[in-house]
Amino acid sequence: MSEDTSTRRSALGDLKKIFGSGSSNLRQFGILFSLIAIILLFQYLTDGLTLSSGNLINLVSQYSYILILAIGMVMVIIAGHIDLSVGSVAAFTGIVVATAMRDWNIPWPLAIVLGLFVGMLIGAWQGAWVAYVGVPAFIVTLAGMLIFRGGNQVIGNANTVPVPDGFTTIGSGYLPEVGPNTGYNNLTLLLGLIIALAVVFSELRARRVQKIMGSTPAPLWVSILKVVLLCAVIVYASVLFAGGRVGTSFPVSGIILGVLVLFYAFVTRNTIFGRHVYAVGGNKLAAELSGVKSRRVNFLVMMNMSILAALAGMIFVARSVASGPQDGLSWELDAIAAVFIGGAAVSGGIGTVVGSIIGGLVMAVLNNGLQLLGVGSDWVQIIKGMVLLVAVGVDVWNKSQGRPSIIGLLTRKKKTTEFPSEPPLVVPDTGTPETARPQSTRAN
Amino acid sequence: MSTDHVILEMRSITKEFPGVKALSNVSITVNRGEIHAICGENGAGKSTLMKVLSGVYPSGTYTGDIIYQGKNVHFKDIRSSEEAGIVIIHQELALIPELSITENIFLGNEPTKWGAIDWITAKKTALELLARVGLRDDPDTLIKNIGVGKQQLVEIAKALNKSVKVLILDEPTAALNESDSMHLLDLIRGLKGKGISSIMISHKLNEIEQVADSITIIRDGKTIETLDVVADGVNEDRIIRGMVGRSLESRFPDRTPHIGEVFFEVRDWTVQHPQVAERMVVKGSNLNVRKGEIVGIAGLMGAGRTELAMSIFGRSYGNFISGHLFKDGKEIVLRSVADAIDHGLAYVSEDRKALGLNLLDDMKRSIVSAKLSKISAGPVVNDSKEFGIAEEYRKSLRIKTPSVNAGVSKLSGGNQQKVVLAKWMFTDPDLLILDEPTRGIDVGAKYEIYGIIQQLAEQGKGVILISSELPELLGLADRIYTVFEGAITDCIPAESADPETLMKSMTSARKKVQSI
Repeated sequence: MSEDTSTRRSALGDLKKIFGSGSSNLRQFGILFSLIAIILLFQYLTDGLTLSSGNLINLVSQYSYILILAIGMVMVIIAGHIDLSVGSVAAFTGIVVATAMRDWNIPWPLAIVLGLFVGMLIGAWQGAWVAYVGVPAFIVTLAGMLIFRGGNQVIGNANTVPVPDGFTTIGSGYLPEVGPNTGYNNLTLLLGLIIALAVVFSELRARRVQKIMGSTPAPLWVSILKVVLLCAVIVYASVLFAGGRVGTSFPVSGIILGVLVLFYAFVTRNTIFGRHVYAVGGNKLAAELSGVKSRRVNFLVMMNMSILAALAGMIFVARSVASGPQDGLSWELDAIAAVFIGGAAVSGGIGTVVGSIIGGLVMAVLNNGLQLLGVGSDWVQIIKGMVLLVAVGVDVWNKSQGRPSIIGLLTRKKKTTEFPSEPPLVVPDTGTPETARPQSTRAN
Repeated sequence: MSTDHVILEMRSITKEFPGVKALSNVSITVNRGEIHAICGENGAGKSTLMKVLSGVYPSGTYTGDIIYQGKNVHFKDIRSSEEAGIVIIHQELALIPELSITENIFLGNEPTKWGAIDWITAKKTALELLARVGLRDDPDTLIKNIGVGKQQLVEIAKALNKSVKVLILDEPTAALNESDSMHLLDLIRGLKGKGISSIMISHKLNEIEQVADSITIIRDGKTIETLDVVADGVNEDRIIRGMVGRSLESRFPDRTPHIGEVFFEVRDWTVQHPQVAERMVVKGSNLNVRKGEIVGIAGLMGAGRTELAMSIFGRSYGNFISGHLFKDGKEIVLRSVADAIDHGLAYVSEDRKALGLNLLDDMKRSIVSAKLSKISAGPVVNDSKEFGIAEEYRKSLRIKTPSVNAGVSKLSGGNQQKVVLAKWMFTDPDLLILDEPTRGIDVGAKYEIYGIIQQLAEQGKGVILISSELPELLGLADRIYTVFEGAITDCIPAESADPETLMKSMTSARKKVQSI
């Protein structure tokens, strides 16, 4: 191996670390490339319309609630469950909040608190069935899907209920104009700058942690290249967001989404609770014998999902200025698709928040791009279905071939040359193979 | 040269995985009607060799020749090797629990009449096959309702139905108790009389010594030697020397026990079966553990050893009925595993893949998983502490891994077991309950794990060691309790224990012992 290729491989390996450590890294790396490819493709096909200010702003406010659902859904799926009720829970919360504001005249900030509380109650209800009674989440949430859809129609008499202006901020509001007139939205630019700085700091911290852990950090130029590329993207995006039609800028719902992504990425990756979610999904029995209270974990994960569904429902209602009986239809499918495209495993234990967001963005960009091209919703559905199938299919096929992904294939040579002294360990199956065995009676 | 008596010869088999040679120039020769054992440490390449032979790795993915019944054969999958009469029985059985014995025997090979399955013929044949393997159960019994020993026999019946000429058995007795193992080995001997050759992979060297005619030893993917059991006068030590490339003077490290006061006591412990209310799996058991002591528990499979251990460990098995636990003179009540961990108990389960590890996790996360609070500030886990701790255990327990970031599923059995031990050592327990800690791991790793167990005792911790291997108990324990049908039948100090007395107490409800 020449010097040049070896550094290139480690650069690639380092770039993967954007997603932290974990077995779904490579998958996410692949899906990120797919996202970039799709964006560039539509940018070309729509003559630059995809990456225009107006469209980007629209994209964020139109899909933020699906991405919020994906955050909760990935945790549910990591724990080994599924939640089919999110669309109905969103619609139910929406109508409760809208009706409360109309009939009881409660102020809108209080209405949001009420909505979250409703989500929490629903989540506790469903979580109790799943965790303490032991009914599979598929059944519990299938029931919830019917119950809360019906509940929406009972409360709203199958009519739409409008919401007041203040409330619409969370769905269709933008960062306000402050400071000198620069022709751009100053707050959006500031936000971009802060994020860019955060990227620089987190890279510095990552290098320091790598040094503490004794692993050699990637060469400095790789880090610099990575940071420069990321910052360029961030600056470009913030200029686009800041330079939209007057009165528009980065959407408030996008801010909410960003905060949630940061928070939940941290929770899943760096907290005891997050570890427990992965442990329960990966091997429930082993987790319980390690002192993990799996019922509590399942309860909290299901409850959290419903709270996020309630929030997504309110954002949607705020964006469409009214709550209606058809709100949230088939949202669960979009959220679940996002999570699986983002690399989660149906059997649980695998998945990341960031991956699911990228998966959700793939679906969002695809949807949006096809709409810009004037493709009808019939074909959009067919194409989305195919993308989901192919994305997961490629992943499954690669795994069955013993290859993590195309990217994994590129970086594989390096792994085997790193530890030449202990050959038996890197052989895919010698001795007691864990994966190569026939699935046997043990599952019983 | 005449090859009439040779049924199978594998010549200079070399199999490479990207970057690694798993097998290099391995050759074995199997005679007609012989039992040929293949010995080697985990990772030596035994399973890979058998996968080459049975077509799991199809012809073309390896180099070398397989000469079977005088012809050079190229199997492209398992089916083609089975058609030729080479059948492999995996360590973990490939039977469908929800189907009957008959249905399993004929799965994928169903006799048909007019396109429909001919159940009458199937059942008749099944009865004949079952008689040949000495299984007298109704062929309509579901697989899930018979024990592992009988399941193993069903697998062999299935192989006989395929007119097997070479039977490959991968760790056939790993999950069997003593009497089932004996029966199985007798059966293999019987098959030999009928001209069926067997290739047997096993870690139980005493069994190999008993039944094998010849032994091929593989180390690091190379054939080391082929021994003729009778002519070469092979014994266990001889095999071990070949496997590890050095002779182990002693199979147990030396230790002078420093035993203190009784600090843990179980009194009148009674536990009910989780599903069958009238069945008591643990009956009025009493036992105690002293500081720095290794207490053995001997019993046949199903005697209630694991049930006893798990029910003590935070009631993680069965329905608790009555009994008291005392630690350091005070009664403690452990309602959950978390309670048990907080009170300084640790339980290393007998099934490390199903109960001990999350195979999706990496090594460092596995090690800290039973006591995350120890490396956390509030709810937040400290990554660099985690890494440091994992590194410490990797070094002190000599866990062979490319890095602590490697997934535990990629480690060999012995190293996985060390990770499980590290995980429980990290919780800093006073009492460790080790359930079959050396099951399915190779001789070298066993020796190291014995050393770790003794070190733990040396630090003043109490150890309860549950094992099916009597030599292991006799070599390690200071005192041995015997269990029979859920009750403790005897307590024997190690000095006066021998396999015969232990076996007697393990198979009869002799007397109830309080404790000594």
